[in-house]
Amino acid sequence: MRQMAILNDTTKCIGCEECVTACKKINNTGEDKPWRWQDKIDDLSASRWTTIIRKPDNQFIRHQCRHCLEPACASACLVGALTKTPEGAVVYDKEKCMGCRYCMMSCPFGIPRYSWSSTVPYIQKCILCYDNIKSGKISEPACITACPAQATIYGERKELLAEAHHRIKNYPDRYVNKVFGEEEVGGTSILYVSSLNLDFLGLNKELGETALPDKTWGALKIVPGLFSGVGIVMGGIWWIIERRMRLQKLNQTDLLDESEENEDEK
Amino acid sequence: MKNNKIITLKTILWLLTGIASTAMVFRLIRGLGVSTNLTDSTPWGLWIGFDVFSGVALAAGGFIVCAIVYIFHLEKFRPLARPAVLTAFLGYIAVAVGLFFDLGVPWRIWHPAIYWQHHSALFEVAWCVMLYLTVLLLEFSPVVLEKINLKPFQTILHFLKRFTIVFVLLGIMLSVLHQSSLGTLFMLMPSRLHPLWYSSIQPLLFFISAVGLGMAMVTLESLTTSWLYNRPSEQKILSKIGLYVPLVLGLYFILRIGEIYYNGHLVYIFEGSWEGSLFISEIMISTIIPIIFFSIKSIRESKPGLFVAASMVVLGFIFHRIDVGIISSFQATGEIYFPSLIEILTSVGIVSIAMLVFLFFVENFSVYQTEEEETEEAQKDFNIISNGRLLDAGLGKERRYSFVYILGASLAIFILPQNGF
Repeated sequence: MRQMAILNDTTKCIGCEECVTACKKINNTGEDKPWRWQDKIDDLSASRWTTIIRKPDNQFIRHQCRHCLEPACASACLVGALTKTPEGAVVYDKEKCMGCRYCMMSCPFGIPRYSWSSTVPYIQKCILCYDNIKSGKISEPACITACPAQATIYGERKELLAEAHHRIKNYPDRYVNKVFGEEEVGGTSILYVSSLNLDFLGLNKELGETALPDKTWGALKIVPGLFSGVGIVMGGIWWIIERRMRLQKLNQTDLLDESEENEDEK
Repeated sequence: MKNNKIITLKTILWLLTGIASTAMVFRLIRGLGVSTNLTDSTPWGLWIGFDVFSGVALAAGGFIVCAIVYIFHLEKFRPLARPAVLTAFLGYIAVAVGLFFDLGVPWRIWHPAIYWQHHSALFEVAWCVMLYLTVLLLEFSPVVLEKINLKPFQTILHFLKRFTIVFVLLGIMLSVLHQSSLGTLFMLMPSRLHPLWYSSIQPLLFFISAVGLGMAMVTLESLTTSWLYNRPSEQKILSKIGLYVPLVLGLYFILRIGEIYYNGHLVYIFEGSWEGSLFISEIMISTIIPIIFFSIKSIRESKPGLFVAASMVVLGFIFHRIDVGIISSFQATGEIYFPSLIEILTSVGIVSIAMLVFLFFVENFSVYQTEEEETEEAQKDFNIISNGRLLDAGLGKERRYSFVYILGASLAIFILPQNGF
C-alpha cells in the first residue's frame, strides 16, 4: 500500500485560505462560530479542520492534523474509534466514539477538536478526505486541489520526503535545514519545509523522536504479568499463613490430647 | 435517641443532593459543552480530575484493608474491613457516575465492553472499573444478605462466604492494575504535562500514593463515624496503621523527588514559578507534613492528631491528582481552566449522595461491628423494614429531608445559567 502524505511549503503559501474553504465545503463542517470566550475563529475548531496561521512578514503556515505514523490519539482511543489507515490517514468512526476526549489530551500537536456546542458532541479533525478518496469521488484531498500556489502537494511519503530534501538542498538560504514532520514523535504524514522554525506547532518545543504510543506500551505490556504475579504472590502468602495457623492449632490440640492421655495413665 | 449531628449533616447533604439533581438534569439535557467550562485546550476538567482520579484513589482503602485482614490474617484489623469495602464500592460507583456525566455520549459508556483496543491505557482502566465493581458487589453483598432471613438468600450468602478469599484476591489484583493504570494514562502526554508532574514511573507513583491515601481514608472514616454516632472508635488499630503510613509516603517521596533529580528537573521546583510553588505546597501537604505527624507518637495516638494527619494525606493526594490531570497542562496550552458552577455542584452532589448511602448502610446494616455480634443481630432482624431503625428516623425527619431536597433542586434552577432549560 502506498503511504500517502502532504508536503506543505510555507514559502509558497500566499494565505488565500482556498484550502480552508474547500475543506469546509467537502466535509460540511458548517459556519465558524466563536465558542464561549474563545473569540478567535481562525484557529482550528470543530468547523475548521485546517487553517492558516499568520506570522509576521507575510509568513503563512497551514495547520491541520499531522496524521502521525504512530498516532498517540489512535493508541489512546479505548474503543478504537480513531485508527491509522495503511493509506496514511488517521480516520475517525463516530459510531464507536463515547466522548472520553483522551485523544484530545494525548495529541502532541493539540489537534482534535470537539463539537462543544452540540448536545451530542463528536471529535472533529482532518481525515485527509479519506472516505471521498476511497469512494473514488476525488483523487486527492480537497485542500490540495484548491491550492492555487501549489504550496501544498499530495503524494507518497517517501517521494515527498525526497522532494523536500531536494528543495532544501537547492535553496539552502530559503529554508530552515529541516523537514518538519520527518522525525518528530516518530514521523508524521504531513510534512513541512519552511523558512521559519515550526516548533511552535507542537504543544512543546521539544517533541522528541520517540513515538508516543511506545511510552505507554512499555507499561501496558507488563499488565498480564503483573496481574498474575500479584495474584500468585498474594495467594501464596495467604496459603502459607493459613497453613501455619492451621498447623499451630493442630499442634495445640495434639498437645492437649497428649496431656489428657498422660493424666489418664496416671 | 436524638442525634443532632446526624440530622444536621443529613439535612445539608440532602440540600446539596437536591441542588446537584437539577445540575445533573441540566447537563443531560443541554449537553457537555454548555454545562462545563471545558474547551479544546482543556478537554478534561473537574469531573475527571476529581470524581474519577480522586474517587478511585480514595477507594484504595478497600483492597489494602482486605489484604491486611484476609491475606496476612491480621485479625485485629477486621473491624475496618467492612467500612473499607463499602467505601471502595461507593467510591467506584461515584467514579462510574462521574464518568457518565463527563462522557460526551454518556449512553455509550458500555462501548469498551465490545470495542476492544488493548493498546490504550484507558481501555485497561475501563475494564478494571467494570470488573472491580462486580468484585466489590460480591464482597459487600453479604452485609445485605445476612439481614434477609430467607432460605434462597441465605444459600447465596453461604456460597459467597466460601469464596471470600477468591474475591479478595481478585480485588487486590484488579486494584493494583487499576490504581497504576490511571498513572499510565499520563505517560502519553510528555509534551502536555509540566516536567514536575510528568513521570516515566507514573504508574508506580499513582499506586504507592493510592496505598497511603487508602490507609488515611480508612482512618478518617472511622474517626468521623465514631464522632457522628458517638460510638467507640478503633483508635488503637488506627494508630497501628498510622505507624506504617510514613513508610509508604516516604517511599513515594523518595521515588518522586529521585526521579525529578535524575531527570535534572529539580531547578523547576526552586525557580520561583507558580508551578514550583504549587509543587512545593502539594508535596508539603500530601507527604512531608503527614510523615512528620505520623512519626510522632503523641500525635499518632491522639484522635485530633490522627484526624489532621490523615486529612492532609487525603487532601494532598486529591490535590496531586488534580495537578496531574488538569493544572500541570496550563503552561503547555496557555489556557487557565476553572470548573463551571454545574461541574462543581455535580461533583459535590455525587459526594453527598455517596455519603448519604454510606450513612444509610452504617445505620441499617452491620458495617461497624465485629463478626460475632453480626450473626446475633442478623437473627434478631427479620427484615429491613421492621428493623425499626429506618422507622426510628421518624416521619418528621423524612419530611425535613424531602423538603430540603426539593428546596435545593428548585433553588438550583435560579443559580444555573440564565439561558436555562
